[in-house]
Amino acid sequence: MATKVYMDYAATTPVKKEVLDSMIPYYTEKYGNPSSVYSLGRESRKTIDESREKIANILGANPKEIYFTSGGSEADNWAIKAVAMANKDKGNHIITSKIEHHAVLHTCEYLEKHGFEVTYLDVDEYGMVDLEQLKKSITDKTILISIMFANNEIGTIQPIKEIGQIAREKGVYFHTDAVQAVGNVKIDVNELNIDMMSMSAHKIYGPKGIGALYIKKGVKIDPHIHGGAQERKRRAGTENVAGIVGFAKAMELAYENLEEHISKLTKLRDKLINDVKNKIDYVRLNGHPEKRLPGNASFCIEFIEGEALLLNLDMAGIAASSGSACTSGSLDPSHVLMAIGLPHEIAHGSLRLTLGDFTTEKDVDYVVEKLVEIVDRLRQMSPLYEKVKGV
Amino acid sequence: MYSEKVMDHFTNPRNVGEIKNADGIGEVGNPKCGDIMKMYLKIEDGVITDVKFKTFGCGAAIATSSMATELVKGKTIEEALKVTNKRVAEELGGLPSAKLHCSLLAEQAIKAALLDYAKKNNIEIEELKDFDPNEDPHHH
Repeated sequence: MATKVYMDYAATTPVKKEVLDSMIPYYTEKYGNPSSVYSLGRESRKTIDESREKIANILGANPKEIYFTSGGSEADNWAIKAVAMANKDKGNHIITSKIEHHAVLHTCEYLEKHGFEVTYLDVDEYGMVDLEQLKKSITDKTILISIMFANNEIGTIQPIKEIGQIAREKGVYFHTDAVQAVGNVKIDVNELNIDMMSMSAHKIYGPKGIGALYIKKGVKIDPHIHGGAQERKRRAGTENVAGIVGFAKAMELAYENLEEHISKLTKLRDKLINDVKNKIDYVRLNGHPEKRLPGNASFCIEFIEGEALLLNLDMAGIAASSGSACTSGSLDPSHVLMAIGLPHEIAHGSLRLTLGDFTTEKDVDYVVEKLVEIVDRLRQMSPLYEKVKGV
Repeated sequence: MYSEKVMDHFTNPRNVGEIKNADGIGEVGNPKCGDIMKMYLKIEDGVITDVKFKTFGCGAAIATSSMATELVKGKTIEEALKVTNKRVAEELGGLPSAKLHCSLLAEQAIKAALLDYAKKNNIEIEELKDFDPNEDPHHH
Protein backbone atom coordinates (compact mmCIF):
# COMPACT_ATOMS: atom_id res chain seq x y z
CA MET A 1 0.00 0.00 0.00
CA ALA A 2 1.20 3.51 -0.77
CA THR A 3 2.05 5.61 2.26
CA LYS A 4 -0.96 7.57 3.39
CA VAL A 5 0.39 8.83 6.67
CA TYR A 6 4.06 9.57 7.12
CA MET A 7 5.08 9.50 10.79
CA ASP A 8 8.82 9.11 10.51
CA TYR A 9 9.97 12.74 10.30
CA ALA A 10 12.91 11.94 12.57
CA ALA A 11 14.22 9.64 9.83
CA THR A 12 13.91 12.23 7.11
CA THR A 13 11.53 14.89 5.81
CA PRO A 14 10.17 15.86 2.41
CA VAL A 15 11.92 18.82 0.79
CA LYS A 16 9.68 21.87 0.99
CA LYS A 17 8.74 23.47 -2.30
CA GLU A 18 10.40 26.81 -1.50
CA VAL A 19 13.57 24.90 -0.65
CA LEU A 20 13.58 22.94 -3.89
CA ASP A 21 12.79 26.07 -5.92
CA SER A 22 15.73 27.87 -4.35
CA MET A 23 18.07 25.02 -5.30
CA ILE A 24 17.19 24.30 -8.91
CA PRO A 25 18.96 27.28 -10.56
CA TYR A 26 22.22 26.09 -8.99
CA TYR A 27 21.97 22.84 -10.92
CA THR A 28 20.94 24.35 -14.24
CA GLU A 29 21.97 27.96 -14.95
CA LYS A 30 24.19 28.91 -12.03
CA TYR A 31 26.36 25.80 -12.10
CA GLY A 32 29.76 27.50 -11.86
CA ASN A 33 32.48 26.06 -9.65
CA PRO A 34 32.76 28.44 -6.68
CA SER A 35 36.55 28.29 -6.96
CA SER A 36 36.59 29.57 -10.56
CA VAL A 37 37.57 33.17 -11.21
CA TYR A 38 35.00 34.03 -13.90
CA SER A 39 31.63 35.53 -12.99
CA LEU A 40 29.69 32.23 -13.16
CA GLY A 41 32.01 30.84 -10.50
CA ARG A 42 32.05 34.00 -8.45
CA GLU A 43 28.29 33.95 -8.35
CA SER A 44 28.36 30.48 -6.77
CA ARG A 45 30.92 31.66 -4.23
CA LYS A 46 28.74 34.62 -3.32
CA THR A 47 25.72 32.36 -2.86
CA ILE A 48 27.66 30.06 -0.55
CA ASP A 49 28.83 33.02 1.50
CA GLU A 50 25.29 34.34 1.80
CA SER A 51 23.94 30.93 2.79
CA ARG A 52 26.65 30.53 5.40
CA GLU A 53 25.79 33.92 6.81
CA LYS A 54 22.08 33.11 7.01
CA ILE A 55 22.74 29.91 8.93
CA ALA A 56 25.29 31.58 11.20
CA ASN A 57 22.88 34.41 12.04
CA ILE A 58 20.16 31.98 13.05
CA LEU A 59 22.54 30.19 15.42
CA GLY A 60 24.19 33.31 16.81
CA ALA A 61 27.48 32.23 15.24
CA ASN A 62 30.05 33.95 13.06
CA PRO A 63 29.85 32.85 9.38
CA LYS A 64 33.49 31.78 9.60
CA GLU A 65 32.46 29.22 12.20
CA ILE A 66 30.09 27.30 9.88
CA TYR A 67 31.66 24.48 7.85
CA PHE A 68 29.53 22.61 5.34
CA THR A 69 29.69 18.81 5.32
CA SER A 70 27.77 16.01 3.64
CA GLY A 71 25.51 15.72 6.68
CA GLY A 72 25.31 14.91 10.35
CA SER A 73 27.39 11.73 10.37
CA GLU A 74 30.31 13.42 8.66
CA ALA A 75 30.09 16.36 11.05
CA ASP A 76 30.15 13.98 14.06
CA ASN A 77 33.11 12.06 12.65
CA TRP A 78 35.02 15.23 11.93
CA ALA A 79 34.42 16.85 15.30
CA ILE A 80 35.40 13.81 17.34
CA LYS A 81 38.30 12.38 15.37
CA ALA A 82 39.86 15.69 14.46
CA VAL A 83 39.68 17.13 17.98
CA ALA A 84 41.17 13.87 19.26
CA MET A 85 44.05 14.07 16.78
CA ALA A 86 44.74 17.77 17.32
CA ASN A 87 44.72 17.51 21.10
CA LYS A 88 46.34 14.15 21.71
CA ASP A 89 49.36 15.78 23.35
CA LYS A 90 47.05 17.24 25.95
CA GLY A 91 45.13 14.08 26.71
CA ASN A 92 43.48 10.96 25.38
CA HIS A 93 40.16 10.94 27.23
CA ILE A 94 36.72 11.56 25.69
CA ILE A 95 33.36 11.62 27.46
CA THR A 96 30.13 10.81 25.68
CA SER A 97 26.84 9.12 26.59
CA LYS A 98 25.35 5.69 26.05
CA ILE A 99 22.47 7.04 23.97
CA GLU A 100 24.41 8.85 21.25
CA HIS A 101 23.79 8.28 17.57
CA HIS A 102 26.00 5.55 16.08
CA ALA A 103 27.89 8.26 14.19
CA VAL A 104 29.25 9.34 17.59
CA LEU A 105 29.41 5.95 19.33
CA HIS A 106 31.17 4.09 16.54
CA THR A 107 33.59 6.97 16.06
CA CYS A 108 34.45 6.80 19.76
CA GLU A 109 34.87 3.02 19.54
CA TYR A 110 37.23 3.53 16.61
CA LEU A 111 39.29 5.96 18.66
CA GLU A 112 39.43 3.45 21.52
CA LYS A 113 41.27 1.10 19.14
CA HIS A 114 43.79 3.86 18.61
CA GLY A 115 44.76 4.54 22.21
CA PHE A 116 41.98 6.87 23.32
CA GLU A 117 39.89 6.23 26.39
CA VAL A 118 36.19 6.85 26.31
CA THR A 119 33.71 7.21 29.18
CA TYR A 120 30.13 6.41 28.18
CA LEU A 121 27.86 8.22 30.63
CA ASP A 122 24.72 6.52 31.89
CA VAL A 123 21.32 8.11 31.48
CA ASP A 124 18.31 7.92 33.78
CA GLU A 125 14.97 6.30 32.91
CA TYR A 126 14.04 9.38 30.86
CA GLY A 127 17.30 9.38 28.93
CA MET A 128 18.87 12.32 30.81
CA VAL A 129 22.60 12.42 31.51
CA ASP A 130 23.63 12.99 35.11
CA LEU A 131 25.60 16.23 35.45
CA GLU A 132 27.29 15.02 38.64
CA GLN A 133 28.51 11.89 36.91
CA LEU A 134 29.75 14.08 34.05
CA LYS A 135 31.71 16.31 36.45
CA LYS A 136 33.24 13.31 38.21
CA SER A 137 34.25 11.73 34.91
CA ILE A 138 36.39 14.68 33.82
CA THR A 139 40.11 14.12 34.41
CA ASP A 140 43.18 16.13 33.44
CA LYS A 141 43.37 13.90 30.36
CA THR A 142 39.88 14.79 29.14
CA ILE A 143 39.91 16.68 25.85
CA LEU A 144 36.34 16.40 24.61
CA ILE A 145 32.77 15.96 25.80
CA SER A 146 30.26 14.93 23.12
CA ILE A 147 26.63 14.80 24.22
CA MET A 148 23.72 14.92 21.81
CA PHE A 149 21.31 17.84 21.97
CA ALA A 150 18.15 15.74 21.54
CA ASN A 151 17.82 12.01 21.12
CA ASN A 152 16.61 10.65 17.80
CA GLU A 153 14.75 7.66 19.25
CA ILE A 154 13.14 8.88 22.45
CA GLY A 155 13.25 12.64 21.87
CA THR A 156 14.79 13.61 25.21
CA ILE A 157 16.45 17.04 25.24
CA GLN A 158 19.63 17.28 27.33
CA PRO A 159 20.63 20.21 29.58
CA ILE A 160 23.00 21.50 26.91
CA LYS A 161 23.78 24.86 28.48
CA GLU A 162 24.74 23.25 31.80
CA ILE A 163 26.89 20.62 30.08
CA GLY A 164 28.60 23.36 28.10
CA GLN A 165 29.16 25.32 31.29
CA ILE A 166 30.82 22.35 32.99
CA ALA A 167 33.01 21.73 29.95
CA ARG A 168 34.06 25.37 29.80
CA GLU A 169 34.94 25.55 33.48
CA LYS A 170 37.17 22.50 33.08
CA GLY A 171 38.72 23.72 29.83
CA VAL A 172 37.35 20.79 27.85
CA TYR A 173 35.82 21.12 24.39
CA PHE A 174 32.09 20.46 24.07
CA HIS A 175 30.59 18.99 20.91
CA THR A 176 26.88 18.31 20.46
CA ASP A 177 25.09 16.35 17.78
CA ALA A 178 22.12 18.65 17.18
CA VAL A 179 20.77 16.88 14.10
CA GLN A 180 17.37 16.31 15.72
CA ALA A 181 17.27 19.58 17.67
CA VAL A 182 17.93 21.98 14.81
CA GLY A 183 14.62 23.30 13.53
CA ASN A 184 12.84 22.17 16.69
CA VAL A 185 14.63 24.15 19.39
CA LYS A 186 15.93 27.71 19.52
CA ILE A 187 19.71 27.51 19.48
CA ASP A 188 22.25 30.20 20.27
CA VAL A 189 25.64 28.54 20.28
CA ASN A 190 27.24 31.12 22.54
CA GLU A 191 24.46 31.24 25.04
CA LEU A 192 24.50 27.43 25.22
CA ASN A 193 28.31 27.21 25.61
CA ILE A 194 28.69 25.01 22.54
CA ASP A 195 32.12 24.60 20.92
CA MET A 196 31.10 22.32 18.05
CA MET A 197 27.71 21.34 16.73
CA SER A 198 26.62 18.86 14.04
CA MET A 199 23.66 19.65 11.79
CA SER A 200 21.82 18.06 8.88
CA ALA A 201 19.48 19.59 6.29
CA HIS A 202 17.25 16.63 5.48
CA LYS A 203 15.72 16.54 8.95
CA ILE A 204 14.37 20.06 8.48
CA TYR A 205 12.72 19.84 5.04
CA GLY A 206 16.00 20.40 3.22
CA PRO A 207 17.89 18.10 0.84
CA LYS A 208 19.82 14.95 1.79
CA GLY A 209 23.60 15.01 1.50
CA ILE A 210 24.24 18.38 3.11
CA GLY A 211 24.88 19.43 6.66
CA ALA A 212 27.34 21.45 8.67
CA LEU A 213 29.67 21.48 11.61
CA TYR A 214 29.80 24.62 13.70
CA ILE A 215 33.33 25.06 15.00
CA LYS A 216 33.81 27.88 17.45
CA LYS A 217 36.71 30.18 16.67
CA GLY A 218 39.81 29.05 18.55
CA VAL A 219 38.91 25.36 18.83
CA LYS A 220 41.97 23.27 18.06
CA ILE A 221 40.85 20.81 15.40
CA ASP A 222 42.54 19.13 12.44
CA PRO A 223 41.31 19.51 8.86
CA HIS A 224 38.93 16.77 7.87
CA ILE A 225 39.30 16.30 4.13
CA HIS A 226 42.69 17.23 2.69
CA GLY A 227 42.80 18.79 -0.74
CA GLY A 228 41.72 22.14 -2.05
CA ALA A 229 41.20 25.33 -0.10
CA GLN A 230 37.44 24.97 0.35
CA GLU A 231 35.86 25.52 3.78
CA ARG A 232 38.86 27.45 5.04
CA LYS A 233 41.18 24.57 4.09
CA ARG A 234 39.52 22.28 6.56
CA ARG A 235 37.12 20.35 4.36
CA ALA A 236 38.31 20.11 0.77
CA GLY A 237 36.14 19.30 -2.22
CA THR A 238 33.96 21.32 -4.56
CA GLU A 239 31.04 22.62 -2.58
CA ASN A 240 27.51 21.21 -2.88
CA VAL A 241 26.23 24.63 -3.93
CA ALA A 242 22.59 23.72 -4.52
CA GLY A 243 22.56 21.70 -1.30
CA ILE A 244 24.01 24.61 0.66
CA VAL A 245 21.39 26.97 -0.78
CA GLY A 246 18.64 24.51 0.11
CA PHE A 247 20.00 24.00 3.61
CA ALA A 248 20.06 27.76 4.24
CA LYS A 249 16.53 28.13 2.90
CA ALA A 250 15.30 25.26 5.09
CA MET A 251 16.95 26.86 8.13
CA GLU A 252 15.32 30.21 7.36
CA LEU A 253 11.89 28.64 7.02
CA ALA A 254 12.34 26.56 10.18
CA TYR A 255 13.35 29.51 12.33
CA GLU A 256 10.90 32.03 10.86
CA ASN A 257 8.05 29.85 12.07
CA LEU A 258 9.68 28.17 15.05
CA GLU A 259 7.12 29.11 17.70
CA GLU A 260 4.22 28.08 15.50
CA HIS A 261 5.96 24.83 14.52
CA ILE A 262 6.65 23.93 18.16
CA SER A 263 3.16 24.69 19.42
CA LYS A 264 1.42 22.89 16.54
CA LEU A 265 3.57 19.78 16.85
CA THR A 266 3.43 19.69 20.64
CA LYS A 267 -0.35 19.78 20.53
CA LEU A 268 -0.58 16.97 17.96
CA ARG A 269 2.08 14.93 19.76
CA ASP A 270 0.32 15.21 23.12
CA LYS A 271 -2.95 14.19 21.53
CA LEU A 272 -1.25 11.17 19.99
CA ILE A 273 0.39 10.20 23.29
CA ASN A 274 -2.82 10.60 25.27
CA ASP A 275 -4.96 8.74 22.77
CA VAL A 276 -2.52 5.83 22.57
CA LYS A 277 -2.26 5.62 26.36
CA ASN A 278 -6.04 5.81 26.79
CA LYS A 279 -6.90 3.25 24.14
CA ILE A 280 -4.18 0.66 24.55
CA ASP A 281 -3.22 -0.98 27.84
CA TYR A 282 0.31 -2.05 28.75
CA VAL A 283 1.88 0.88 26.91
CA ARG A 284 4.65 3.15 28.15
CA LEU A 285 6.02 6.40 26.81
CA ASN A 286 9.78 6.41 26.29
CA GLY A 287 11.79 9.53 26.95
CA HIS A 288 11.19 12.56 29.11
CA PRO A 289 7.53 13.56 29.57
CA GLU A 290 8.24 17.30 29.09
CA LYS A 291 11.82 17.82 27.98
CA ARG A 292 11.32 16.17 24.62
CA LEU A 293 11.25 17.10 20.95
CA PRO A 294 7.90 18.56 19.90
CA GLY A 295 7.29 15.89 17.23
CA ASN A 296 8.52 12.78 19.05
CA ALA A 297 6.20 10.10 20.44
CA SER A 298 8.11 6.95 21.37
CA PHE A 299 6.31 4.01 22.96
CA CYS A 300 6.85 0.49 24.12
CA ILE A 301 3.82 -1.67 23.53
CA GLU A 302 4.09 -4.83 25.58
CA PHE A 303 3.64 -8.42 24.37
CA ILE A 304 4.18 -7.62 20.70
CA GLU A 305 7.24 -7.20 18.56
CA GLY A 306 8.18 -4.00 16.74
CA GLU A 307 8.84 -5.33 13.27
CA ALA A 308 5.52 -7.16 13.10
CA LEU A 309 3.92 -3.91 14.19
CA LEU A 310 5.72 -1.87 11.51
CA LEU A 311 4.78 -4.33 8.75
CA ASN A 312 1.13 -4.12 9.76
CA LEU A 313 1.26 -0.33 9.96
CA ASP A 314 2.85 -0.25 6.52
CA MET A 315 -0.02 -2.35 5.17
CA ALA A 316 -2.34 0.31 6.57
CA GLY A 317 -0.31 2.97 4.76
CA ILE A 318 1.50 4.24 7.85
CA ALA A 319 5.26 4.83 7.86
CA ALA A 320 6.82 4.51 11.33
CA SER A 321 9.94 3.08 12.98
CA SER A 322 10.99 0.83 15.84
CA GLY A 323 14.08 0.05 17.90
CA SER A 324 13.33 -3.65 18.12
CA ALA A 325 16.08 -6.18 17.42
CA CYS A 326 14.40 -7.38 14.25
CA THR A 327 14.52 -3.89 12.80
CA SER A 328 18.01 -3.03 14.03
CA GLY A 329 19.53 -5.96 12.14
CA SER A 330 21.02 -7.48 15.28
CA LEU A 331 19.70 -9.65 18.06
CA ASP A 332 19.61 -6.79 20.53
CA PRO A 333 17.09 -3.99 20.73
CA SER A 334 18.33 -0.43 20.34
CA HIS A 335 21.14 0.73 22.62
CA VAL A 336 19.03 3.75 23.61
CA LEU A 337 16.16 1.63 24.94
CA MET A 338 18.68 -0.57 26.78
CA ALA A 339 20.36 2.50 28.29
CA ILE A 340 17.11 3.84 29.75
CA GLY A 341 16.81 0.52 31.55
CA LEU A 342 14.08 -1.24 29.59
CA PRO A 343 14.12 -5.04 29.77
CA HIS A 344 14.72 -6.73 26.40
CA GLU A 345 11.21 -8.11 26.14
CA ILE A 346 9.69 -4.64 26.48
CA ALA A 347 12.21 -2.92 24.22
CA HIS A 348 11.29 -5.38 21.45
CA GLY A 349 7.87 -3.76 21.31
CA SER A 350 9.09 -0.25 20.67
CA LEU A 351 7.36 2.09 18.25
CA ARG A 352 8.55 5.54 17.26
CA LEU A 353 6.06 7.92 15.68
CA THR A 354 7.56 11.27 14.71
CA LEU A 355 5.38 14.12 13.53
CA GLY A 356 6.22 17.03 11.28
CA ASP A 357 4.94 20.08 9.47
CA PHE A 358 2.59 18.13 7.20
CA THR A 359 1.00 16.04 9.96
CA THR A 360 -2.69 16.72 10.57
CA GLU A 361 -5.07 15.88 13.38
CA LYS A 362 -6.80 13.51 10.97
CA ASP A 363 -3.49 11.68 10.52
CA VAL A 364 -3.18 11.26 14.27
CA ASP A 365 -6.72 9.89 14.52
CA TYR A 366 -6.10 7.46 11.66
CA VAL A 367 -2.85 6.18 13.20
CA VAL A 368 -4.45 5.66 16.60
CA GLU A 369 -7.42 3.85 15.06
CA LYS A 370 -5.18 1.48 13.07
CA LEU A 371 -2.73 1.02 15.92
CA VAL A 372 -5.51 -0.14 18.26
CA GLU A 373 -6.64 -2.73 15.70
CA ILE A 374 -3.14 -3.96 14.91
CA VAL A 375 -2.02 -4.20 18.53
CA ASP A 376 -5.17 -6.14 19.37
CA ARG A 377 -4.61 -8.54 16.48
CA LEU A 378 -0.96 -9.16 17.34
CA ARG A 379 -1.74 -9.59 21.00
CA GLN A 380 -4.40 -12.15 20.18
CA MET A 381 -1.67 -14.32 18.75
CA SER A 382 0.91 -13.53 21.42
CA PRO A 383 1.58 -16.22 24.04
CA LEU A 384 2.86 -13.48 26.36
CA TYR A 385 -0.41 -11.56 26.37
CA GLU A 386 -2.36 -14.72 27.09
CA LYS A 387 -0.31 -15.21 30.26
CA VAL A 388 -1.02 -11.70 31.50
CA LYS A 389 -4.67 -11.90 30.66
CA GLY A 390 -4.85 -15.30 32.38
CA VAL A 391 -6.75 -16.70 29.42
CA MET B 1 12.82 -7.92 2.08
CA TYR B 2 10.23 -10.69 2.62
CA SER B 3 8.89 -12.97 -0.12
CA GLU B 4 5.23 -12.78 -1.09
CA LYS B 5 4.65 -16.12 0.60
CA VAL B 6 6.09 -14.85 3.89
CA MET B 7 3.92 -11.75 3.72
CA ASP B 8 0.90 -13.91 2.96
CA HIS B 9 1.49 -16.11 6.01
CA PHE B 10 2.25 -13.07 8.13
CA THR B 11 -0.89 -11.24 7.04
CA ASN B 12 -3.19 -14.26 7.10
CA PRO B 13 -1.55 -16.70 9.47
CA ARG B 14 -3.04 -20.22 9.36
CA ASN B 15 -4.02 -22.07 12.51
CA VAL B 16 -3.67 -19.25 15.02
CA GLY B 17 -5.03 -19.96 18.47
CA GLU B 18 -4.89 -22.71 21.02
CA ILE B 19 -6.35 -26.17 21.53
CA LYS B 20 -8.13 -26.96 24.78
CA ASN B 21 -6.94 -30.33 26.10
CA ALA B 22 -4.14 -30.48 23.56
CA ASP B 23 -2.21 -33.74 23.49
CA GLY B 24 1.09 -31.95 23.19
CA ILE B 25 2.15 -28.35 23.89
CA GLY B 26 5.57 -26.97 23.06
CA GLU B 27 6.92 -23.54 23.88
CA VAL B 28 10.32 -22.39 22.65
CA GLY B 29 12.32 -19.17 22.45
CA ASN B 30 12.37 -16.47 25.09
CA PRO B 31 11.04 -12.94 25.33
CA LYS B 32 14.54 -11.57 25.78
CA CYS B 33 15.40 -12.59 22.23
CA GLY B 34 12.14 -11.19 20.95
CA ASP B 35 10.45 -14.39 19.88
CA ILE B 36 8.39 -17.09 21.54
CA MET B 37 6.45 -19.79 19.76
CA LYS B 38 3.84 -21.93 21.39
CA MET B 39 2.52 -24.91 19.46
CA TYR B 40 -0.53 -27.04 20.35
CA LEU B 41 -1.08 -30.51 18.86
CA LYS B 42 -4.06 -32.85 18.78
CA ILE B 43 -2.84 -36.37 18.06
CA GLU B 44 -4.97 -39.42 17.28
CA ASP B 45 -3.48 -42.83 16.44
CA GLY B 46 -0.11 -41.27 15.74
CA VAL B 47 -1.54 -38.69 13.38
CA ILE B 48 -1.61 -34.92 14.00
CA THR B 49 -5.28 -34.15 13.47
CA ASP B 50 -5.19 -30.54 14.58
CA VAL B 51 -2.53 -27.91 15.28
CA LYS B 52 -2.64 -24.32 16.54
CA PHE B 53 -0.01 -21.76 17.44
CA LYS B 54 0.59 -18.51 19.21
CA THR B 55 3.71 -16.47 18.49
CA PHE B 56 5.30 -13.34 19.91
CA GLY B 57 7.79 -12.17 17.34
CA CYS B 58 8.65 -10.46 14.10
CA GLY B 59 7.05 -10.99 10.69
CA ALA B 60 9.28 -13.98 9.92
CA ALA B 61 8.53 -15.61 13.28
CA ILE B 62 4.79 -15.40 12.68
CA ALA B 63 5.06 -16.59 9.06
CA THR B 64 7.30 -19.56 9.93
CA SER B 65 4.95 -20.61 12.74
CA SER B 66 2.04 -20.51 10.33
CA MET B 67 3.88 -22.48 7.65
CA ALA B 68 5.11 -25.05 10.15
CA THR B 69 1.56 -25.76 11.29
CA GLU B 70 0.48 -26.28 7.69
CA LEU B 71 3.33 -28.69 7.09
CA VAL B 72 2.51 -30.94 10.05
CA LYS B 73 -1.28 -30.90 9.94
CA GLY B 74 -2.67 -34.32 8.99
CA LYS B 75 0.80 -35.86 9.10
CA THR B 76 2.06 -38.74 11.22
CA ILE B 77 4.51 -38.07 14.04
CA GLU B 78 7.31 -39.56 11.93
CA GLU B 79 6.47 -37.23 9.04
CA ALA B 80 6.22 -34.21 11.34
CA LEU B 81 9.67 -34.93 12.75
CA LYS B 82 11.07 -34.59 9.22
CA VAL B 83 9.86 -30.98 8.96
CA THR B 84 13.16 -29.16 9.24
CA ASN B 85 13.84 -25.46 9.47
CA LYS B 86 15.26 -25.65 5.95
CA ARG B 87 11.99 -27.07 4.66
CA VAL B 88 9.95 -24.35 6.43
CA ALA B 89 12.13 -21.63 4.92
CA GLU B 90 11.98 -23.22 1.45
CA GLU B 91 8.21 -23.51 1.54
CA LEU B 92 8.08 -19.80 2.35
CA GLY B 93 10.13 -18.95 -0.71
CA GLY B 94 13.21 -18.23 1.39
CA LEU B 95 13.96 -15.97 4.34
CA PRO B 96 16.45 -13.12 4.75
CA SER B 97 19.60 -14.58 6.31
CA ALA B 98 19.14 -12.58 9.52
CA LYS B 99 15.76 -14.29 9.94
CA LEU B 100 16.77 -17.91 9.43
CA HIS B 101 16.82 -18.48 13.19
CA CYS B 102 13.04 -17.94 13.15
CA SER B 103 12.58 -21.04 11.01
CA LEU B 104 14.72 -23.00 13.46
CA LEU B 105 12.39 -21.88 16.21
CA ALA B 106 9.42 -23.28 14.25
CA GLU B 107 11.12 -26.66 13.89
CA GLN B 108 11.88 -26.64 17.60
CA ALA B 109 8.32 -25.72 18.55
CA ILE B 110 6.99 -28.79 16.71
CA LYS B 111 9.59 -31.01 18.35
CA ALA B 112 8.88 -29.55 21.77
CA ALA B 113 5.15 -30.23 21.35
CA LEU B 114 5.86 -33.81 20.23
CA LEU B 115 8.21 -34.33 23.16
CA ASP B 116 5.49 -33.12 25.50
CA TYR B 117 3.06 -35.58 23.90
CA ALA B 118 5.57 -38.41 24.26
CA LYS B 119 6.19 -37.65 27.93
CA LYS B 120 2.49 -37.46 28.74
CA ASN B 121 1.92 -40.84 27.08
CA ASN B 122 5.12 -42.58 28.18
CA ILE B 123 6.27 -43.03 24.63
CA GLU B 124 9.89 -42.93 23.58
CA ILE B 125 10.50 -40.99 20.35
CA GLU B 126 13.93 -42.01 19.15
CA GLU B 127 14.51 -38.81 17.16
CA LEU B 128 13.89 -36.61 20.19
CA LYS B 129 16.30 -38.44 22.50
CA ASP B 130 18.82 -35.57 22.47
CA PHE B 131 16.39 -32.74 21.87
CA ASP B 132 16.39 -29.93 24.41
CA PRO B 133 13.47 -27.54 23.97
CA ASN B 134 15.14 -24.98 26.22
CA GLU B 135 18.20 -24.66 24.05
CA ASP B 136 18.47 -21.20 22.55
CA PRO B 137 18.71 -21.33 18.76
CA HIS B 138 20.20 -17.83 18.68
CA HIS B 139 23.44 -19.02 20.14
CA HIS B 140 24.18 -21.83 17.74
